[in-house]
Amino acid sequence: MTTLQVMFILISLITLGGGLYTVIAKNLMHSALGLILSLAGVACLYGLLEASFLAGAQVLIYIGAIAILIIFAVMLTRGVMGSFPRVNDQWSYAIIVSLALLAVLLVTLFRFNWPQGAPAAVPADSIARLGRALVDPGQYALPFEMASVLLVAALIGSIYVARDKK
Amino acid sequence: MVPLTWYLVVAAILFSIGVFGVLARRNAVAILMGIELMLNAVNINLVAFWRYLQPDKMVGQAFAAFVFVVAAAEAAVGLALIISVYRNRSTVDVENIDWLKW
Repeated sequence: MTTLQVMFILISLITLGGGLYTVIAKNLMHSALGLILSLAGVACLYGLLEASFLAGAQVLIYIGAIAILIIFAVMLTRGVMGSFPRVNDQWSYAIIVSLALLAVLLVTLFRFNWPQGAPAAVPADSIARLGRALVDPGQYALPFEMASVLLVAALIGSIYVARDKK
Repeated sequence: MVPLTWYLVVAAILFSIGVFGVLARRNAVAILMGIELMLNAVNINLVAFWRYLQPDKMVGQAFAAFVFVVAAAEAAVGLALIISVYRNRSTVDVENIDWLKW
């Protein structure tokens, strides 16, 4: 087993442990911290996959923005935290459904014949290629512009929904 | 080198954890956290396929970047809805958020 594989296993355990703690923690603030741990583990996985831009974006957007937004929401709704059980009555069925989904996914992906061995090397200018692909009219310029429209719509919509209407 | 299947297995387990969180938790904010876990699992898959199948084309990374954008928009709107519900009804328990049921 190479060093890379050992690192992968450690990072995966951190990611999955953080994710599991997120869904079972009693205190919602602890859940948010578990989520941050899991997101940081995913950023490390991007690093292992040599997607350095996405690793940085993961830290900036997920840990820097979304996790902080979730912590804000936890704090703003703190008055009712712990006043009801953390799982609903169907939690046993939820375990069955998620384990069944996991079994289907694992069986499917082990039956498929994935390419073995080391993949081709990542081009040295992969970040520049990504940047060009995002603004190239032949590739992703239209989805890129649509994404900015979506962000503006979400921004205005969330301000409208969350504002005090009195 | 880490085999491609290892990444896919980790992503599948993370997705199932997120599904369990969405189905079982009662707090609306915790459900949003489950959705974030599921989106991250999908992103791991996209980036792993980019790295192992076509590292010279940027399809996987571009899709992962768009998933980031949609996740940010979803988190902002979802949390705004939760805060609005909390302000009007003083609850974030989804068992009590059932006014659209019939």
